[in-house]
Amino acid sequence: MPRLKAGELSRISFELNGRTVSGYAEPRMLLADFLRHEVGATGTHVGCEHGVCGACTLRLDGAAIRSCLTFAVQTNGRHVETVECLAAEDGTLSRLQAAFRRHHALQCGFCTPGILMSLEDFLGRHPSPGEQEVREMLSGHLCRCTGYSGIVRAVMEVVAESESGDA
Amino acid sequence: MKPAPFDFVSPDSLEEALAVLAETGEDARILAGGQTLTPMLNMRLVEPAVLIDISRLQTLDYVRRENGHIELGAAATQAALEAWPDLPACAPLLAQALPHVGHFQTRNRGTVCGSLAFADPSAELPLCLALLEGEVVLQSSARRRVVKAADFQLGMLSTARESDEMIIAARFPVAEAGTGYAFTEMALRHGDFALAAMAVMARKGSLRIAVGGVADRPVARDYPADLGGDALDDALNDLAWDLAAADDHHATARYRRELVRRLGRKTVEEALACRA
Repeated sequence: MPRLKAGELSRISFELNGRTVSGYAEPRMLLADFLRHEVGATGTHVGCEHGVCGACTLRLDGAAIRSCLTFAVQTNGRHVETVECLAAEDGTLSRLQAAFRRHHALQCGFCTPGILMSLEDFLGRHPSPGEQEVREMLSGHLCRCTGYSGIVRAVMEVVAESESGDA
Repeated sequence: MKPAPFDFVSPDSLEEALAVLAETGEDARILAGGQTLTPMLNMRLVEPAVLIDISRLQTLDYVRRENGHIELGAAATQAALEAWPDLPACAPLLAQALPHVGHFQTRNRGTVCGSLAFADPSAELPLCLALLEGEVVLQSSARRRVVKAADFQLGMLSTARESDEMIIAARFPVAEAGTGYAFTEMALRHGDFALAAMAVMARKGSLRIAVGGVADRPVARDYPADLGGDALDDALNDLAWDLAAADDHHATARYRRELVRRLGRKTVEEALACRA
């Protein structure tokens, strides 16, 4: 049975946005910190560190999760997707990102990576949510700039586009 | 806001996990979904010497119907229960309550057994277990025992679990035909801890009402089925006072009592409507 000693570094390796990354971490290192400080992937933000603000949300094996409530050692061999995977290589924004820009769904942008990654999972499961469902989903994210109205508008526009087949 | 150092053990079987628990006792913590434990580690409210990660034990990751119960293994997530196709038919109460458990992002990792183990007085799943008179299965290296909901949760964050035991499964009785179930809660935001949460089971011959978030644990009481009108209001008022609500920075005791009276009435009416 594998036992990692407190304070000892162990090698962590997983797939990040389609590429294998690796580094070393103590057992207590949070996935969010591993990404930012060991891998250098700073798109994932760290806010409250107790699962409330949602800024650190990313996808682990497809499911939206809090990377501040997951230890790096738990992600060995798994698939992690962060906000860095959304735009194309040439910088073309995803439909959701473009809608966020159009609708002023962000100002400072601190909460945005987490919200986008939650939506990637949420809209995959609920392709045609109502506004109330979107607002309930957003209760898992704190945004202090926008009052959420722009975010809701952006999401509903993308949903409407998908429904009308413009996707 | 970073955890204190700990050893991290990844057992390959339940037996290995229990062996580490037997050896380490109170200095060990079981890590399943980590959606409550990790915040406590991050805030250094707990500083265990050893974390035992059971999240990848396939044998504990199941939701199944068995002997009149819905049984969940210790690694089964709240999201897995929510997505279980038989849930609306087998456990309408859980189907109503689960969307209120944290947020969907935390339900993706948080486990049902973990929520019961933490025993927060305002948590939804312990309330459902109390209303439905479910049970938890506790196991150590030496023994296995099954504990009824009423005997399991002893107070604020306190359970009958011994330090060498872990909850290996939780059992919720399957919904009875001709019985109505309803769940309601009031929280400042969707997904926050409930200021008061109510769960009601309306059988043909009796009415069972449970309240979470007010006393130090979920409290369930049985009433006659024909309780209605002023008698229902009086019963809810008595219940509200009996819970000995306290003021805290979320709400006053008086407001919580009012929630028990009003949410109580609403939830009873919903359960009766479901029964009809």
